[in-house]
Amino acid sequence: MTKLDAKIPEGALADKWTKFRSSVSLVNPANKRSLEIIVVGSGLAGASAAASLAELGYKVKVFCFQDSPRRAHSIAAQGGINAAKNYQNDGDSVYRLFYDTIKGGDYRAREANVHRLAEVSGSIIDQCVAQGVPFAREYGGLLSNRSFGGTQVQRTFYAAGQTGQQLLLGAYSSLQRQVGMGNVKMYTRHEMLDVVTIDGKARGIIARDSVTGALERHFGHAVLLCTGGYGNVFYLSTNAMGSNVTAAWKAHKKGAFFANPCYTQIHPTCIPVSGDHQSKLTLMSESLRNDGRIWVPKKQNDNRKANEIPEDERDYYLERRYPAFGNLVPRDIASRAAKERCDAGYGVGASKMAVYLDYAAAIVRYGKGEANKNNMHNPSDEEIQAMGKAVVKEKYGNLFDMYKQITGEDPYEVPMRIYPAVHYTMGGLWVDYNLMTTVPGLYALGEANFSDHGANRLGASALMQGLADGYFVIPYTIGAYLASEIRTPAMSTDSEDFVAAEKAVRDRLETLMNIKGSKPVDYFHKRLGKIMWDECGMARSAEGLKASIKEIQALQKEFWSDVKIPGEIDNLNPELEKAGRVADFLELGELMCIDALDRNESCGGHFRTEYQTEDGEALRDDENYAYVAAWEYEKQSTFKLHKEELKYENIKIAQRSYK
Amino acid sequence: MEGHLNLTLKIWRQKNASVAGKFETYQVSGISTDMSFLEMIDVLNNRLIEEGDDPVAFDHDCREGICGMCSMYINGRPHGPNRGVTTCQLHMRSFQDGETITVEPWRASAFPVIKDLVVNRSAFDRIIAAGGFVSVNTGNAQDANSLPIPKDNADEAFAAAACIGCGACVAACKNASAMLFTSAKVSQLALLPQGQVEAATRAQAMVAQMDEEGFGACSNTGACEAECPKGISIENIARMNREYFSATFSSK
Repeated sequence: MTKLDAKIPEGALADKWTKFRSSVSLVNPANKRSLEIIVVGSGLAGASAAASLAELGYKVKVFCFQDSPRRAHSIAAQGGINAAKNYQNDGDSVYRLFYDTIKGGDYRAREANVHRLAEVSGSIIDQCVAQGVPFAREYGGLLSNRSFGGTQVQRTFYAAGQTGQQLLLGAYSSLQRQVGMGNVKMYTRHEMLDVVTIDGKARGIIARDSVTGALERHFGHAVLLCTGGYGNVFYLSTNAMGSNVTAAWKAHKKGAFFANPCYTQIHPTCIPVSGDHQSKLTLMSESLRNDGRIWVPKKQNDNRKANEIPEDERDYYLERRYPAFGNLVPRDIASRAAKERCDAGYGVGASKMAVYLDYAAAIVRYGKGEANKNNMHNPSDEEIQAMGKAVVKEKYGNLFDMYKQITGEDPYEVPMRIYPAVHYTMGGLWVDYNLMTTVPGLYALGEANFSDHGANRLGASALMQGLADGYFVIPYTIGAYLASEIRTPAMSTDSEDFVAAEKAVRDRLETLMNIKGSKPVDYFHKRLGKIMWDECGMARSAEGLKASIKEIQALQKEFWSDVKIPGEIDNLNPELEKAGRVADFLELGELMCIDALDRNESCGGHFRTEYQTEDGEALRDDENYAYVAAWEYEKQSTFKLHKEELKYENIKIAQRSYK
Repeated sequence: MEGHLNLTLKIWRQKNASVAGKFETYQVSGISTDMSFLEMIDVLNNRLIEEGDDPVAFDHDCREGICGMCSMYINGRPHGPNRGVTTCQLHMRSFQDGETITVEPWRASAFPVIKDLVVNRSAFDRIIAAGGFVSVNTGNAQDANSLPIPKDNADEAFAAAACIGCGACVAACKNASAMLFTSAKVSQLALLPQGQVEAATRAQAMVAQMDEEGFGACSNTGACEAECPKGISIENIARMNREYFSATFSSK
């Protein structure tokens, strides 16, 4: 078995990063100018990495499939970004953020990476404020914080319910500044369709210009994949329509190991599915659990309207089961608890597959608070309601508006109906401490890698990780590789390897176009999504997974013989793009089931029904499964498992408890 | 409650930038009122594919009203009849059974059509590249709380920063002016101490780029503000004009 070397620096946990930064190889400024770096993806990780590397003097090319780098799906992140600033004086520290993240990830993340993440978290906030990111502030002019799940401190910085947008626009501004200065060349409406490797090293990519259909070859001394997660394997998710696994999957097939593919985050608070026409699901930010209370009726199949159910007939099941954390338990736990109540017959709404997220109590509490502030001694109920709603509007207005637009119901008047939905993927390309995959010169940043969140990501940590990787990690760690590349001149893209890679991409596109079957791409994507949601979603079993693997293999065959793609290969063709992505999802879905079947334990978002405690909590098996499962692609449907043992030297590994 | 609609769609079809386009008429039936407008187009497209026709190309991505990618001009209004929503958040309950709906791309010479309803908005990226940033390299920042910012200024900066860069303001304007888009970024940064250092050069550089891209002049009709899905205020335009003129008069 190959030994995976995570290249974790020696020394005490708290000193590793400092020591590494001070001793890693450097590339002098003159040499940086002749080193070329390709960045694929322009979200938080990609935009921040590209801008920072260009500032250092490297020649950077950035690719994104959207019409502008500002569209990347980081833009949709709502609630906030964590940082161990301890501005609230409530006991936060780098160690506590590190500890919360490891525990939240159900002890399946790498200690050294997570500690580094916590160490640089504060600098991210500093950097963003310096860029002009308008975070929420208190009346004294200082930054405001709120709480997120799995923590007992207030360390989340936010900009209303649009934190991702503001952070991405900050990174995008920095990126565009480098574009304007000529240090970054931007390729929009371009999709990466393969990694080119020469003598075992990543040396470039093949990209398709979506507008003309032309295939292009691009050289880079290093290639950074910042392409996000693969939640769209489920068809319905909170991801954008275009979010896909293609770049990561092509890298996987060129030798990059794929780690922990089965670790999927199902977010507890999303707007429920309304019908078969549905194309995507919409998140209602976790920040809403700061103030909202989650409940279902105490009676099964209760058909009364929410407002008709009296207080003592409501079951605030998270507060009941987890008094210490209440509504702010981590996402995996909150999601399973919602599923449990609905499966047991206590669900609400027409489909009975929803629970209530209720703001009535918060509106009254805020209204009374405002009355006190304004010296109103006997406020009427109407006044309390009006003032309370105003406060809620300021904090969460855009989320409430979004809920109303989608459902047609007013959440200021009736509780929201919510249900869990696929949101994030903790799994991804395996990377070492330097964020390099098992292919030399090929890196993965942000959600595209597997590194920091273990089996469950805490809320407001994705933005932190994406920006940490891009602003503060890769600018240092890439030196370890590029310092040895200074004698490699830029290579011609007319070499055999580039030509062959382009030909393989063209052949595949032509094969897809020539199937001329009878069913649109969506037909296959929906069927894959249903298999994944039913058998590899919130609850998994050996039996179901085995059956799913067979079903997916059959679906792969059907796809490749019956998909129908209209239009031309050399014109804008969204169906052709989608077909390529779904073909990759069909292979990834199979690997996710294989990984879930291999992991005979429950941990974080991976819940195997055979492995649970008496009260239905995830039951880990640390003796046999405290490892990262890194899969090597061998051939179609054949993957080889490599294990990276997880060593906990600073944290005592324990049954996770939020009670 | 969910209902179902039968609709006539008149949609702009144009194979690519170099050929002329025209309207085509389609009938769709049984459209759920719970669908979003884009999901209704998905239904049409899957039918067109099964019938062997080319589906309607349109830009879209997040489908939750924040990425700014969707861009349809519906019944003569950018993003359709409702205020404060993008096309992806427009739901079919806003339409009547039997209605005819006309769908066009953004119309502006600075936004050339790529195919059908897809237009090229890269001019916006170039306006930002000209000056829509604070020149701070990674690693140069001081502690985030070392500079208090009055809450009102921060809130106002945030309101301007909420722009999603969709281009509805340009599409709504009879002059195809990009003043609302450009001024939102100029304002956001001018309102914050971090952005003030470069305020004068920023306004000049961004306005120059805007003119170079071929956007029209502002004649203060306010259509941009009325159609903006994020409620960006035209006060930003006034603020940019102040920044621009003071920069011009004091230029060395």
